Amino acid sequence: MITQKEDDWLYTISSKRKLIDFNFKEIWQYRDLLLLFVKRDIITLYKQTILGPLWYIIQPLFTSVIFTLIFNKLGNINTGIVPAFLFNLAGISAWNYFKECLTGTSSTFTKNQSIFGKVYFPRVIMPMSITISNLLKFGIQILIFLGFYLYYLAIGKGIEMNILAFLFPVYVVMMALLGLGLGMIISSLTTKYRDLTVLVSFGVQLLMYVSAVPYPLAEAKLKFPALVATLVEYNPLTQIIEGFRYMLLNTGAFSWFGFAYTLVLSLFIFLFGLVIFNRTEKQFIDTV
Amino acid sequence: MSNIILRAEAINKQYRLGVIGTGTINNDLKRWWFKIRGKNDPFLKIGETNDRSKKGKSDYVWALKDINFEVKKGEVLGIIGKNGAGKSTLLKILSRVTAPTTGQIKTRGRIASLLEVGTGFHPEMTGRENIYLNGAILGMTKAEIKQKEAEIINFSGCERYIDTPVKRYSSGMKVRLAFAVAAHLEPDILVIDEVLAVGDAEFQKKAIGKMQDISKGEGRTVLFVSHNMAAVRSLCTRGMLIENGEISRIGNIDSIIENYLDRDSVRNKLNTGNRSGSGLVKVKDIIVTGNTNLMPPENGKPFKIIIKLDNIRQINSSQLRLDLKINDYMGQRVAWLSNYLADVDSVDNIQSIIFSMTNLNINEGTYYITTDLYVDKVRSDFLQNAISFDVINGDFYGNGRNIPIQESRILLNFNTQIVGKS
Repeated sequence: MITQKEDDWLYTISSKRKLIDFNFKEIWQYRDLLLLFVKRDIITLYKQTILGPLWYIIQPLFTSVIFTLIFNKLGNINTGIVPAFLFNLAGISAWNYFKECLTGTSSTFTKNQSIFGKVYFPRVIMPMSITISNLLKFGIQILIFLGFYLYYLAIGKGIEMNILAFLFPVYVVMMALLGLGLGMIISSLTTKYRDLTVLVSFGVQLLMYVSAVPYPLAEAKLKFPALVATLVEYNPLTQIIEGFRYMLLNTGAFSWFGFAYTLVLSLFIFLFGLVIFNRTEKQFIDTV
Repeated sequence: MSNIILRAEAINKQYRLGVIGTGTINNDLKRWWFKIRGKNDPFLKIGETNDRSKKGKSDYVWALKDINFEVKKGEVLGIIGKNGAGKSTLLKILSRVTAPTTGQIKTRGRIASLLEVGTGFHPEMTGRENIYLNGAILGMTKAEIKQKEAEIINFSGCERYIDTPVKRYSSGMKVRLAFAVAAHLEPDILVIDEVLAVGDAEFQKKAIGKMQDISKGEGRTVLFVSHNMAAVRSLCTRGMLIENGEISRIGNIDSIIENYLDRDSVRNKLNTGNRSGSGLVKVKDIIVTGNTNLMPPENGKPFKIIIKLDNIRQINSSQLRLDLKINDYMGQRVAWLSNYLADVDSVDNIQSIIFSMTNLNINEGTYYITTDLYVDKVRSDFLQNAISFDVINGDFYGNGRNIPIQESRILLNFNTQIVGKS
């Protein structure tokens, strides 16, 4: 028998919490679980539907058509040289990814309380898996976008990508961090205060309109009151959507300041979300 | 040197009663206000006992109070107690589902918990996919599951349906599959809560057998919570009795079970709902015991039924006849006992009648006693299903083999002679 030292413990269960106590090693140990959750989300989403994964495509297409009709035809929003439909499709694809991450992760604790109440695994696996499985959906939507992009290119609309298109992955990461971070903050707070679930469902809807999704930022600056215009401009989501369209369609404004600002802010929100999430995960089962 | 694998140090757990939601912000703010002034949390009142049936003064209760214990490597600790005593709360803390309010638990091994079977099963996914998902939730890696996949499927007995979505399974099959996954976990410490109360008799037996293998054969440390005393006794080496959130005793499993069963609240009470007769002499109480006064009846072991009588008129025992009719849970008559069959000297002012056997020969299960009391051939007290008792398996044939419960209630002590061709 190997003699063990008196305080040679593998781990301790207690109520003491460090501000940031993140066990990356443990998350790594559970990587298989993360992948299995992603797999589960993907294969079960459209089980017993006739159109199946086609819904991934139908939803942004129809929204883009409606947006084009209402904002561009009826509302006379000018998208410049870029076809309005393509403009909307780019914005909606990006927005959808953020929205799905946010709404998906914001109900982590309340939706999974039956699992969380029975077995332990690093809770952060759950929101992470949601963010990753939504990535696939986003990928499909980007492919659709590229299809229409090539079509418009073929019929001779003067559209082009920007040289900064290599920043595309960074934008995706920023969206994921922002959605995940906000989602984790909200999910932690909903364990006690359910008011937030109501807020999320209509708040997300409203947020879209101040995130420059159906209109270019330039139009907002021109037509909105100064205060609202500033609000829209400093909304990190506006920066992401605008940057996105700038890269893919070479339209709108881009500044390195805006880019850095968004990157720092999304990182901050993500870390803040992690801290709050971590504080909640130990006790939430008693308050949820 | 120490081979202690788990140690709980002064665990306390506080819960809030009533509806959470209204007034929480108010209380949260008060807490915060006390905290920044360096004072103790005003809502943590210590000292009130957590008794489920009594009304307390505070809105907060201590589900666990000052729990200290140690578990050695390879030990199987049974945790018993009434509903609401705090057993499950303790297991929840051990499995890190929730944190203790104060105190800490230190461990030298990986803990896996089985607080419920089938956690995280997704109805739309096939049995095989769910094995992987459930296994991963319980802490196995994909490689580990792959290695054991065939064994798990075989153990569950659901091979034919393994590629069918779980929503098409019967509830029993779901449980079988889930238990099969859980039984193939290989943590250092396994925490199990009442999962055996599911499945058919055959599967329960299989499950208990598997648990015995885990604890005895493989030398795993197990913490086991159950109300099934037979299972606890056959599995555990040591016991812990929890009462009102406090450890009332730790020690040898037999003495702990005796201690637990010795409480009024546990023993079955006389059911006087269906009573008729003149009431001249009445049955006051019936006590059914096994080997000792405190042990439950086991087949193959001594057995005793004590009938206490309410004899106000001080009637002589020769005037009195008491018949006991024992039925099984299906209502089938199993046995008939009576003082009429015995030649016993008459006693004045009879107070109780005791029927006893040295070797109980009925199969395990639940039985009901109906009493029929006559004074001078006139019915005095008839009690339909006066009391129920459970017989547990005491290895009647002495070789670990049993007659299946559905096959026979009666266990005969017979000789077997094998004759070959000579």
